[in-house]
Amino acid sequence: MDLIFGLFPAAMPYWARVAVAGGICAVALITFMALGPILYVYVETKIAGFMQDRIGPKRVGPHGMLQTIADAVKLLFKEAIYPAGADKKLFILAPCLVVLGAFLSFVVIPFGSRLQATDLNVGVFYVIAVSSISTVGVIMAGWASNNKYALFGAMRSAAQIVSYEIPAMMSLLAVVMLVGSLSLQSIVVAQEGGLPCWFLFRYFPLMPIAALIFFTAGLAECNRTPFDIPEAESELVAGFHTEYSGFFFAMFFLAEYTEMLVVSIVTSVLFLGGWWAPHPALQTIGPIGLGPVWLISKAWFLMFVMMWLRWTLPRLRVDQLMHMAWKVLLPVAMVLVVVVGTLVMWPPTRNGFPWDRWVGWPLVALLAVYLVFQVLSARRYGVRRNRQLTA
Amino acid sequence: MKQWFKDVWEGVTTTLVGMNITWRHLFAKKVTLHYPEEKWTLPPRSRMRLFMKYEDCIGCGQCVRACPVACIYLKAEKRPATQPAIFAANGQPIKLDVSVFDIDMSLCCYCNLCTYPCPTDCIYMTPEYEFATTDLTNHLYHFAKPDAKFLTVNPKPPAPKPAPAAPPEKAPTPDPAKA
Repeated sequence: MDLIFGLFPAAMPYWARVAVAGGICAVALITFMALGPILYVYVETKIAGFMQDRIGPKRVGPHGMLQTIADAVKLLFKEAIYPAGADKKLFILAPCLVVLGAFLSFVVIPFGSRLQATDLNVGVFYVIAVSSISTVGVIMAGWASNNKYALFGAMRSAAQIVSYEIPAMMSLLAVVMLVGSLSLQSIVVAQEGGLPCWFLFRYFPLMPIAALIFFTAGLAECNRTPFDIPEAESELVAGFHTEYSGFFFAMFFLAEYTEMLVVSIVTSVLFLGGWWAPHPALQTIGPIGLGPVWLISKAWFLMFVMMWLRWTLPRLRVDQLMHMAWKVLLPVAMVLVVVVGTLVMWPPTRNGFPWDRWVGWPLVALLAVYLVFQVLSARRYGVRRNRQLTA
Repeated sequence: MKQWFKDVWEGVTTTLVGMNITWRHLFAKKVTLHYPEEKWTLPPRSRMRLFMKYEDCIGCGQCVRACPVACIYLKAEKRPATQPAIFAANGQPIKLDVSVFDIDMSLCCYCNLCTYPCPTDCIYMTPEYEFATTDLTNHLYHFAKPDAKFLTVNPKPPAPKPAPAAPPEKAPTPDPAKA
């Protein structure tokens, strides 16, 4: 926002400059987010098809590329039906809140060193706080629909998101302790120096586990398979959005994919170096900075992983879900927080314990040697077996 | 505690195994068949729509008696002696004039029993399977062509050892509208 802010003459009144610069940011971000799902849904249907040995959409447009546009148009022109006995005000407000919760996070996402709507000094906290708004929307939708399945879905969603936010925040604390700041921009800047400096590859067994926990909890927070019990089709029709149709349903859809993008972007900001390239030489092409491209490609890769997981894992049962959150992710995240905190604080040098040098990289080297050995022995076994069979 | 670590390890590794499988399927050969553009190559002797070659029919009615669902309607009269003698492709003399030979394919159970007793092999199953219509009566196929020019008219009986007439691989599509 500062970047755009500087473009306007100082003669303009301050509030006008703020309003215009903020408006431009908002329009750009909302366009990006509102049109994104068209692409994501297409990619998801294609990947779903490919993973099930099908082809996916093929009819509308070349390779079915216009299929999602057709679907979106159909959804937008459908009649919005209000069920009998529904609380109409809440019924309309709920999808708006869900979308709002998903969209607000983008305010603090650093797409580049200066390409950020606003750099809040409590950025991470803001993202976590704001993404909880959609839970309120979900519960509102379940309550206002006057439908038992919708209410079940909403209650499940509440239980799930409340549970999974705790491990997510715990694993996030590890990053925050390393950086010493909650601002997303500072977190990205702290990962300067290419691939080995990304937090995913620091403190070798610790930070990858933190990243895994954060990503898993994020997956649960955007109600994706295997954590999609709030909208489990086989039990709850469609969960909290059972009664929604037309435009409101489209808004839930939009929110789901936007939340996926938010979780992916936040994960890549926290653990995958944000807008840093894997190698410093790849950061720019001549004068053009590639920061946003790197961030978006990392986020899209993580979204692909989400889709990949969706077509791999079956849905968890409610008790399995709670078991996973409270008995697996939470203890591990707490241990991580304690260990990383200790390593950062002790010994009281500038960077704490030189874990990477004495433990992290040796472990990586050992693991690499072990992997190479395993691959080689498997190959040798294959060659020997082949010879036995042909002899 | 040991069990807990074991469970966590198993959870992570089995997820990776599953992801490996889906990853391989991502690039596997797809099984989808774009039906109207691509069609399944049917196995030989597949039993689809019935066809009757009117020129070979001697009107014996054995197929009518064989049909378990009575979907073949046949009406034949004795051929007047004044008419020229005609023969089926395999040399059987045609002594009856078939005026009606209708098959109701909406009743047919595709058992293929009608084709075995046919002495002239004139009724057989074709690999034609796209005959859906919006009107059920369109499934009543009329095969009788009383004014047909008998292409197999033989002025005299054929040689004592005729070559067995093999049923054609693909039958010409009969026009049901033509009575």
